[in-house]
Amino acid sequence: MAKIHVETTINGAPTEFLCEANQTLLDVLRDQLGLTGSKEGCGSGDCGACSVTVDGRLVCSCLVLAPEAQGAKVETIEGMAQGDKLHPLQKKFVEMAALQCGICTPGFLIASRALLERNNNPTETEIRYWLAGNLCRCTGYDKIIHAVMEVAAEMRESAK
Amino acid sequence: MTDILYKVAKTVREAASLMAAAKGKGRILAGGTDLLVQMKAGMVAPGTIIDVKKIPEMVSITETKGSYRIGAATPAAVIGEHKKLKKAWPGVVEAINLIGSTQVQGRASAGGNLCNASPAADSVPALVAAGAIVTIQGPKTRRTVPVEKFTSGPGKTTLKAGEIVVSLTLPARPKASGDAYLRLIPRTEMDIAVVGVGVSLTMKGDTCVSARVGLGAVAPTVLLVEAAAKALTGSKLDATALDAAANACSAACRPIDDKRGTIRYRTKIAGVLLRRATAIAADRARGISKQGH
Repeated sequence: MAKIHVETTINGAPTEFLCEANQTLLDVLRDQLGLTGSKEGCGSGDCGACSVTVDGRLVCSCLVLAPEAQGAKVETIEGMAQGDKLHPLQKKFVEMAALQCGICTPGFLIASRALLERNNNPTETEIRYWLAGNLCRCTGYDKIIHAVMEVAAEMRESAK
Repeated sequence: MTDILYKVAKTVREAASLMAAAKGKGRILAGGTDLLVQMKAGMVAPGTIIDVKKIPEMVSITETKGSYRIGAATPAAVIGEHKKLKKAWPGVVEAINLIGSTQVQGRASAGGNLCNASPAADSVPALVAAGAIVTIQGPKTRRTVPVEKFTSGPGKTTLKAGEIVVSLTLPARPKASGDAYLRLIPRTEMDIAVVGVGVSLTMKGDTCVSARVGLGAVAPTVLLVEAAAKALTGSKLDATALDAAANACSAACRPIDDKRGTIRYRTKIAGVLLRRATAIAADRARGISKQGH
C-alpha cells in the first residue's frame, strides 16, 4: 500500500513527508525529520514530553497521527529559539535551574509558552494545573513553576 | 508497511458510508486520545481510520433558541472557551474540561468520551443530568437517543453497524436553572473518577421545580437516578429532601470493588457528592456564581 503524502508547515517552514496511516506525528518528527527535541516519554499522552502545538493548540504529538498534520501549522521546541537567541522561557529555565536531566524540558517549555500566550498573568495554581500534563521526575516542579511566574512578570513589565 | 487506511471524511454521510464500508473494522478519529492509546496497546486494530475533524458540523458549537448543539468531535478546550455555553451549562463544561491534561483537552471530545463508554467518563453524568440528546448518523438515516440510553456496558455502545455520533444537543434552559458536576479522585488532577455526580436543577423562588441527576463510576453504565430527582423536585432542597436524594443515589450504586475505591466507599460517596453538587447547582440557579471543579 502506498504511503501517505503529507504537506505541512513545521516551525514556519513548508515541509513534506511520507508516512503510514498509523504513524504518530512524534514518530515522523523524530525519526524522519530529525527533530529529536520532542521526546517520547510514555507514548500514551500522560507525560507531555512530546508536547507541540498544532494550529496553536497544545497537544501531545504521540497522540496525533502523522497524516493529521496535512495543511496544519506545527510548532516544536526546535522553533522556540531564534538562532542563538533563546526564548525568554528558555533563558529563565537555565538561569533558575528549572531542569535537571532535561527529558521533560522541551515539553514544559512548549506548554509554558502556550499558557503565557493566552494569559500573561497566571496564578501559581493556574500554572500548576496547566502544566499538570507535563511530568518531571527530577526537579520537584517548584523551580519550573517559579521560572514560568518570573517570565510572566517580565512579560507584564515589558508590556507596560 | 501496514494495511491500515486513513480517510478524511468531508461530510457526516461520507463518514457513515466509510464506517459501513469498513465492515466493523472502522474507527472514528476525533481527538484520538483513546483511539491511539488503544491502538498502541494492541486493544484495537482498525482497518480504516476515519478522521471526522474536517466536517464542520462535528467540530462546531451552535445555539438555536437557547439550545446548544455540540459537534461530537469538538475539542474540549474549544468547548471550555465558549463563554455563552459555559454560562448556560457550567456543570457540563466543567465536566468536559476535567478530561485529562491541557494537552489532552486540546484534542479530546465529548463525543469521544461518550463513545469510549467508560462507566467513569467525566462528561457523561453531567450530560445525563442536562438531558442531552445524542444525534446519530447511519449509512441511510439519522436518529436521536437520550444520552443515558447510549451506552450498554463498559466499553459498549448501542451504535449499530455504520453508525456514528454526530453531535450532542443540550435543551434550552428555563430561567433560574443551574447545573454542577463533582467527582471524587484521590489526587487533584488527571485521574479517573471513583464516583462522579451531575445535577441539573430549575428553581422557582426557594422551590426546586425540576431536577435531573446523573451518577457515574458506580455501575456498568452512567445512571440517570430518577428517584434522586424525584426527591429533590417540589422540595426547598431542605435536609429531608437532600437525605432522600442522597440515599437514592447510594441505593442506585452497583459498583465494583477495586484499588480506586471499595463498594462501601463508592456507595457512601455517591450520596455525599449528590448533596454538594446539588448545593452548587442551586446556587447557580439562584444566580450565585460558585466554583465547582
